[in-house]
Amino acid sequence: MQSEVIKVSNLDLTFETNDGPVHALKNVNLKINKGDFVSFIGPSGCGKTTLLRVLADLDEPTDGDVAVNGVSPRQARESRAYGYVFQAAGLYPWRNIAANVKLPLEIMGYSKEEQVKRVQKVLDLVELTGFEKKFPWQLSGGMQQRASIARALAFDADLLLMDEPFGALDEIVRDNLNEQLLELWKSTNKTICFVTHSIPEAVYLSTKIVVMSPRPGRIVDIIDSNLPSERPLEIRDSKEFTEISQRVREGLRAGHSNE
Amino acid sequence: MSKGSRIGSDNKVLPVVCILTLIVIAWYGFSVVLNAPWEYDKAKRNSITLTTTELVSNTWSQKRPKLPAPHQVVREIWDTTVNKKVTSKRSLVYHGLITFYETIYGFAFGTGLGILLALGIVYNRATAMSVMPWIITSQTIPILAIAPMIVVALGSLGFGGLLPIIIISMYLSFFPVVVGMVKGLKSPEQLEIDQMKTWSASKTQILFKLRAPRSTPYLFTSLKLGMAASLVGAIVGELPSGGGSGLGFRMLSGSTFGNTLHIWSGLFSAAILAGSLIAIISVIQRVVLKRMALEL
Repeated sequence: MQSEVIKVSNLDLTFETNDGPVHALKNVNLKINKGDFVSFIGPSGCGKTTLLRVLADLDEPTDGDVAVNGVSPRQARESRAYGYVFQAAGLYPWRNIAANVKLPLEIMGYSKEEQVKRVQKVLDLVELTGFEKKFPWQLSGGMQQRASIARALAFDADLLLMDEPFGALDEIVRDNLNEQLLELWKSTNKTICFVTHSIPEAVYLSTKIVVMSPRPGRIVDIIDSNLPSERPLEIRDSKEFTEISQRVREGLRAGHSNE
Repeated sequence: MSKGSRIGSDNKVLPVVCILTLIVIAWYGFSVVLNAPWEYDKAKRNSITLTTTELVSNTWSQKRPKLPAPHQVVREIWDTTVNKKVTSKRSLVYHGLITFYETIYGFAFGTGLGILLALGIVYNRATAMSVMPWIITSQTIPILAIAPMIVVALGSLGFGGLLPIIIISMYLSFFPVVVGMVKGLKSPEQLEIDQMKTWSASKTQILFKLRAPRSTPYLFTSLKLGMAASLVGAIVGELPSGGGSGLGFRMLSGSTFGNTLHIWSGLFSAAILAGSLIAIISVIQRVVLKRMALEL
C-alpha cells in the first residue's frame, strides 16, 4: 500500500533569463506515496508550479534525481502515467464537452466504443452528465474546470497533477469543487499533487502539505495532516484544522524571514 | 454587442451610398471636362456654337470618349454580356470566364503551395531559415517584369495557353497564405501545446487536432487576400501572353485601339469578379468560424 509514486532527491533547477540566472528550485527532496493527496503551497515565485512541471516533464531539472512510478518523468509522461489539470480549463471551443473529454482518448488510440464509455463515466464522475453536447462557452467557469478534470481522468492515470485548478474561480464555487474533488479522490484512489496558494484549501484537501518559499524556491516544511478522511466543510472550524493552518502559516512566514 | 452590431450594419449603407454618389457626380463632371475639347473642335469645324446643354449631353454620348460617362459603361457592359453570345469574343462573359478560370486555378495552386511552405517553415528550422528570405524577395520583384519571362520560358518548353497565366497568378497568391498560415499554425498558446505534450501527442496529432483548427481564422483572412492577388496575377499574366482572351487582354486591346469603353467595362467586370469571389469566401468564413466558436 505504501508504495512510492514520486521520489525527488536533491533537485535543482535554474532558469537562464536575460537578467541572469533565476534559481527556481534548490535542493528539493520529497517522497509521495500512492494514494496521497499532496498540496504544494507558497507565495508566487516559490517554484511550486515549476516542481509540478518537472514531475510532468514539462520542465527539465538542472540537477538531482526525479522518479515518477520508479522511472524518469519523461518515461512516465510517454507511458501516460499522469493527468495534468492546468489553471485555465483549456477546452477547445470548436469541440463540445464530450469531444473535449474524448480528445486525449483519441490521441492515445482508444477504440470508439471505449471512448464513448469512458467519456460517459468521467462526465458522470464530475457531475456533468447531460452537458455532453454543450460547447465550452455555454458553461460556467466552474463547469469548464470540471470538464477539464474529467478530461484528465478519462485515461487510466493513477497520478493527477493539478496546477491551481480552481485559482480563477470564486470562493463558493471553489468550496463546492473542493468537496467534489475529495469525493473523487476517495472513490478513485488516485495520487493527487495539487498546487495552490490558499491555506484553507491546502489544509482541507491534503494528507500531506508541502510548504514552499521563494528566492531560491525551496521546501521549508512538510506537514502530514492528521485530519480524518471524512471531511465535511465544517471541519474547517475544528481545532485540528486551525492547528495545521497555523503551522502552514508559520512555515510560510519562516520562509520569508531570511529575506 | 447587439447595439454595436446594429449600428455597424445599419449605418454602413448610408456612408457607402454617400461616397458612391459623390464619385458618380465627380465622374460625370470629369467626363464633361475631358470630352469637351473634342466637341469644341467639331463645333468649330462645322461653324456652330454649342449651348451648355448641348455640350453636356454631347460629351456624355460620344462614341469614342476620353472618359465615358457611367451610364455609357453600364450600357457597354449590358451590351457585351446580355446581348452577345457567351462564346463570342465580343462577349464580356467569355473574357470574364477565362479570367475566372485562371484566377481559380492560380488561387488553388497558390493556396496549396502557401500551406505547404507554411508547414515547412513552422516544422523545420532549416526551411524557415533558408526559404523565408526567398519568399519575401519573390514579392519585391515587380510582377510586370517577371510575367513576360514566365510566359516566354514556359512557352519555349511547350507550355502555352492558360498555364503561364495560372503560374503568374499563383506567384502572387501564395504569399499572403504563407504569411498568414505561419502565424496561424503558431497561434496555439503554450498551455495548449503543454497539454498536448502531457498526453504524449505526436506532431501530426498536434497539427491536425490543435494547430490546424486554431489557424482557421488566419486561413480565411489569407484566402481573401490570396484571391484578390490571384485575380491581379491573372490579369497581369494575360497582358504579355497574347492569348487574345481574358479581361486583361480586353483592357489591353481597348488601350491599344483607344477604346475606353472596353477598358472601363473590363475594369468593372474585374472588380465585380473580385468582389464576388471574396464575398463568397467571406460567407464561408462567417459560417465556419461561427460553428467553430472562433472569433472573426
